Amino acid sequence: MEILMSVLVGILFTAGTYLVLAKSLLRIVLGTAILGHGALLLLLTMAGLKTGAPPLLGMEGITNYVDPLPQALILTAIVINFGTMGFFLVLAYRSYKELGTDDMEELRGTNNE
Amino acid sequence: MNNLVIFPLIIPLFTGVLLIFFSKQVLIQRYITIISLLALFISTLFLIHQVSNEGTQTLNLGGWAPPYGITIVADMFALLLVFTTIIVTLCCLWYAFRTIGKEREKHYFYPIVLFMITGVMGSFLTGDLFNLFVFFEVMLLSSYVLITLGGTNLQLREALKYVLINIVSSMLFLVALAYLYAITGTLNFAHLSMRVAETGQDGLITTVSIFFLIVFALKAALLMYFWLPGSYGAPPMAISAIFAALLTKVGIYAIFRLFTLIFYHEPGVTHYLIAVMGILTMILGGIGAVAYWDIRRILGYNVIIAVGFIVAGLAVFTETAIAGSIYYLIHDMIVKALLFLLAGVMIGLAGTDKLREMSGMIRNHASLGWMFFLAAFALAGVPPLSGFIGKLLVLQGALEEGFYVVAAVGLLTSLMILYSVMKIFMNGFWGENQLSVEDEQMSTRGLMFPCAILAALSVALGLGPEWANVYVMQAEEGLSNPQLYIEAVMGNAD
Repeated sequence: MEILMSVLVGILFTAGTYLVLAKSLLRIVLGTAILGHGALLLLLTMAGLKTGAPPLLGMEGITNYVDPLPQALILTAIVINFGTMGFFLVLAYRSYKELGTDDMEELRGTNNE
Repeated sequence: MNNLVIFPLIIPLFTGVLLIFFSKQVLIQRYITIISLLALFISTLFLIHQVSNEGTQTLNLGGWAPPYGITIVADMFALLLVFTTIIVTLCCLWYAFRTIGKEREKHYFYPIVLFMITGVMGSFLTGDLFNLFVFFEVMLLSSYVLITLGGTNLQLREALKYVLINIVSSMLFLVALAYLYAITGTLNFAHLSMRVAETGQDGLITTVSIFFLIVFALKAALLMYFWLPGSYGAPPMAISAIFAALLTKVGIYAIFRLFTLIFYHEPGVTHYLIAVMGILTMILGGIGAVAYWDIRRILGYNVIIAVGFIVAGLAVFTETAIAGSIYYLIHDMIVKALLFLLAGVMIGLAGTDKLREMSGMIRNHASLGWMFFLAAFALAGVPPLSGFIGKLLVLQGALEEGFYVVAAVGLLTSLMILYSVMKIFMNGFWGENQLSVEDEQMSTRGLMFPCAILAALSVALGLGPEWANVYVMQAEEGLSNPQLYIEAVMGNAD
């Protein structure tokens, strides 16, 4: 199972990297979202996918739980990613309005105007 | 267990939250900000006094013993950086009162700066890897807002790149963290260090450590600095000065922490790589600093050179070199803030940052000119000033250990630094006076005082290193002996 997940994460990272290298701003934002999914899935995978009960203490007769720590880490990272993504999307929208382009090639250069 | 340890985190956080309620009353915001920073200053002084007498202080949040809970650790290295951060922020905010403008102040400028300070303090003081990630994000999200605040075209354009590069590096941070958790099964620095020491640093762990090096190199502009000159050229100067003094330093701090505390078993691989990256950073940064004729670009590349030099001290990995790096780190935070603030005044007066379009400012602004001269010499490491002792110790360590290339490049880039900043001085301050007092775009009223504080600190650090030496030596001892850190954290497991 871990092997399969690793391959999936690899595919997500490939797709994310490809999109981040694109010209269009929206594709770049989507690329970072996919990179984020890849990173979080990797966090889940690397902690081990051994079968066990969900980490809830209320259930009777269960001694084998899945590792709760990575789930807490992922939850934290999801919220942070969510905030960053929201900011990035609004920034992209505002830049499109003000600068009049979503093509990163046209946003190059060192001059001030 | 010591509750004082968390004060540098709580004070800016709560003040920032409080200020959100007064977003339209600029004066109240200013007073509360200054008062909270002074409180921060005093509590940190107490903390430094305590740590110098009783050794590293820790606080287990929630009373959970390490490694199960989050530990806040105040050792001398972190505290010196916290202390410098407070002083630099105070001066930059004082400068911001005059320059940042009502419009930005009403749109949550002060709360966001305080949140950024919270992130910086948290990164310095945390004893947990994932917590470090969270504090990095606190700092970075605030810096995204600060870099776009005001929304000029240049700011928007550069912010897009800055945000993108930081999101990607944060994702890489998560990936590296996942790998390290899979190998060691813990996230606490002290516990990680013990686990790595027990099992030995094999090829896998070394690979993960290089992964971490790449992540923090992106944050600290070590070799992967391509985003820095543009991003730091975009926001108003007070914000650029805070960025230049603090943000890359947090990345450097993380590299120091990881490679002295956890991944110190294979210096032949990791520290050699750090040395190569440091050398390349110094050379490329030096070329950039010499090449440009815009003040902001030159200073941006000077930030990069300093990163390379500080990290080279870590690569040499002897007690002398690390002590030198600590001195240089503190000096660099102060002097970079000073240079950016002074350059902000120059740009404000002339209305441009092109060196070829300004000259002769010394005639009307002697104090500005001579302070810039002083800062330039301090940056290059001329003996009575603060940059000298750090550079001397790093070079001494490099020569003792046979890192001749590091020493040669360090000396050569000092010349490049001196040339690049003297270029600003000679073009901006000497020559025919093109700028009459009536043509000036702004007044320097009230702007010289925060700069003078920073300049005085730089001189004091240069003239009286014996006074600071006790603290720097203690910080260096903590970095060279990971056992001290582990005992401080794990020993208080009650």
